[in-house]
Amino acid sequence: MSEPVEKKLNWFQTIRERYAHPSALSKIGVLGMNRRNVSYISRYNPRRLFPLVDDKLQTKELALEAGVKVPDLIGVISEQHAVKDLTDILQRCSSGFCIKPAHGSGGKGILVITRQSEEGYRKSNGQFANIGDLERHVTNILAGLFSLGGRADVAIIEDLIHFDDCFSGYSYEGVPDTRVIVFRGFPVMAMMRLSTAASNGKANLHQGAVGVGLDIGDGHALRAVQFDKPILLHPDTGLNMMSLKVPHWEEVLNLAVSCYEMSGLGYLGTDIVLDRFKGPMLLELNARPGLTIQIANGKGLLPRLRQIEGLSHKKRMSIEDRVAYAREHFTDHR
Amino acid sequence: MASRAPFYILVSLLFFAGLALTLHRHIAFDIPWFPGEQRQTWSIEAKVDFEARGEPVTARLAIPNTQPGFTQLNQQTASPGYGLAFVDRKGGTYAEWSIREATGNQSLYYKVDMLLDPFAIPVEQEPVENIKPNVEQEPYAAAAKMILDRAVERSSSNYTLARELIHEFNNQQQTAELLAQLKPKTLWIAQLLQEAGVPARRIHALYLEDGRRRQSLIEYIQVFDDEDYEVFNPETGVQGQAENMLLWQYHSGPVLEVVGATNAQVTFSMISQEQPFNIALNQKFADNEWLNFSLYTLPLEEQAIFKGILLIPVGVLIVVLMRILVGIKTSGTFMPVLIAMAFIQTSLLTGLIGFLLIVGVGLMIRSYLSYLNLLLVARISAVIIMVIGMIAIFSIVAYKFGLTEGMKITFFPMIILAWTIERMSILWEEEGAKQVMIQGGGSLLVAILAYMAMNLDWVRHLTFNFMGIQLILMALTLVAGSYTGYRLLELKRFKPLTKLDKQ
Repeated sequence: MSEPVEKKLNWFQTIRERYAHPSALSKIGVLGMNRRNVSYISRYNPRRLFPLVDDKLQTKELALEAGVKVPDLIGVISEQHAVKDLTDILQRCSSGFCIKPAHGSGGKGILVITRQSEEGYRKSNGQFANIGDLERHVTNILAGLFSLGGRADVAIIEDLIHFDDCFSGYSYEGVPDTRVIVFRGFPVMAMMRLSTAASNGKANLHQGAVGVGLDIGDGHALRAVQFDKPILLHPDTGLNMMSLKVPHWEEVLNLAVSCYEMSGLGYLGTDIVLDRFKGPMLLELNARPGLTIQIANGKGLLPRLRQIEGLSHKKRMSIEDRVAYAREHFTDHR
Repeated sequence: MASRAPFYILVSLLFFAGLALTLHRHIAFDIPWFPGEQRQTWSIEAKVDFEARGEPVTARLAIPNTQPGFTQLNQQTASPGYGLAFVDRKGGTYAEWSIREATGNQSLYYKVDMLLDPFAIPVEQEPVENIKPNVEQEPYAAAAKMILDRAVERSSSNYTLARELIHEFNNQQQTAELLAQLKPKTLWIAQLLQEAGVPARRIHALYLEDGRRRQSLIEYIQVFDDEDYEVFNPETGVQGQAENMLLWQYHSGPVLEVVGATNAQVTFSMISQEQPFNIALNQKFADNEWLNFSLYTLPLEEQAIFKGILLIPVGVLIVVLMRILVGIKTSGTFMPVLIAMAFIQTSLLTGLIGFLLIVGVGLMIRSYLSYLNLLLVARISAVIIMVIGMIAIFSIVAYKFGLTEGMKITFFPMIILAWTIERMSILWEEEGAKQVMIQGGGSLLVAILAYMAMNLDWVRHLTFNFMGIQLILMALTLVAGSYTGYRLLELKRFKPLTKLDKQ
């Protein structure tokens, strides 16, 4: 008689171990997908502004107007017949470049070429591609393979980012980028995404990239996660992730916050890269930033979002004031 | 959050309107909550016998219509060699048989199915036409007046007068016998009531008892009071109509008229049957012009289409719940509903095997197509043609092996399958096989759940019979759309955060 009861209890126990109680999550202020969509994205991000961030070409133009630093644009291919001009366009850049769809989402369709040489085009994973491969990739982009809903798209070719040496060893292949969530002009949470062998050189967390939560105060690592599980060492290079600290932190935050002014989106994800020569640069904007940043930081977003919503005189604060406010309030070290 | 108030008002309006409509249909139209409920119907057969003399014969039988308590479903006749017409005369309906020449004993049959139906919508009854007061000869006139005067004295209304009149006929035996020499008692009662200014007539009723044969009609008195009427037993004076009493003829005409033959008589046999309510309802509404917002008024083929269409909201709601409350990823938002619709046609196992087979083979061929470097539209078109080809081949192969189940593969929506293959293929190239399994499995899981919900007899019954359910589903969808709590899978995803808190 007791055996089935025990079994039932075991089953119950497993559920308790694997699943959090909703009240436990709301106690730490974890933001869920539904609440993000209803209470933040649809309330603070006007629909008409979405094209600005969904189209990387428009974002780039907007950023240049606002004086926000972005990677150099080498060329744009918007028609199928222009694909044969690809070779000419590529002559313009010295070494590395990157081909991406203007309407891509989730890092889809981004092809990074680190070096052009006699053997062909060296991809970030070390394999070589020939011009035919590149043309096919551009054709796919134009046909809308990587864009939401399969709409026809344009291909953007931009300069490769020479990422800062301070990150060497933290990232396997790929470019490490910093994601800062900017809510109504305040940086509320930040994370660095480092590609791994498991993620195939891509900085997508659900593909196995490492997410490192960053302290808003000074940009040092708080916690690192891979596949939503905490880790201490980089799975490929073995470096201690806790020693990571993003340089030019103030500049990074200023850049992120200026994206709020420039785009008008209240709940914004900014992806920033550090270039060895040019400093922090805006890679792209995201009007629907993901929630994994909470796991990387080990904290919920809601308390910070509510604190900002509760502020009364935010309109009058300058970019520097807001960054200072966030650095003071959203840090572990007071 | 003041702006939420109109939203909740709208939702509750929708919900309660839906609930009210549903209850109204249940109560007013007697549509049961569960499928498979039975309704009692009576099959009544009237047999007309007469002896023909080699002359032209016309036989006219009064037949019943829908009346309080009974709804007429269908009627049949069996009368070889006779011409037949249903004619309306003197406010009643007749079956009229005719033949140029007939000899010997003739039998004509008329069969009618009556649904026992407390919610019958009766055909309007012809009011009693004012019969001119008959001037009877003496001594009948005096005797009748005596009975009537006595009854009028002891009564207060139309109904009480009828009752007292019947009592007087029973009490004054000798007078009654005298009157009966001229014409039957029931006719006298009807006539005397009319003389007193009360609309009344003699009618013929049939007692329904299961399995009875060679029954005959019983005479009753029908007395009107404005719009209402009551039925009186002319022997006992008992007022009211028993549940199993069918009024066969209720107008001032004969039950059976036969011209050109002798010894005409009509007898009745009857059986009781249980029918599923939807068959009964179908027959009830089949030829009813009455404005009724029911799908039963549509032709059967359209009804079948609507049965499918009205299920879609249920499937859609399942998708909404699985995505918003559970957080399952599906490839293509409503693809699972369409797959579930296909499963309904094919049955689950066949459908599942067919789906996996087509998508699996499709993915293999599609991986070759990606080498060809085609434009997107052309590639999708190629995938569509490929899917059609596969469906054709699988059908033929299945048929050759004697698996007729395999033919059902054609029920799958081909364009949707092509897009599914395309999306899965891209997903495979970009994110690897694991994501394909997660999203494909999620889609299939949701499709199976939607199928199970849509395939429940009870759900089909409710959505088809109660339009109000659609409003309720709408309200639920709207509420789900404003849910800001955690999804089930998020509870698992963010579990590490709670552990961190405790350390």
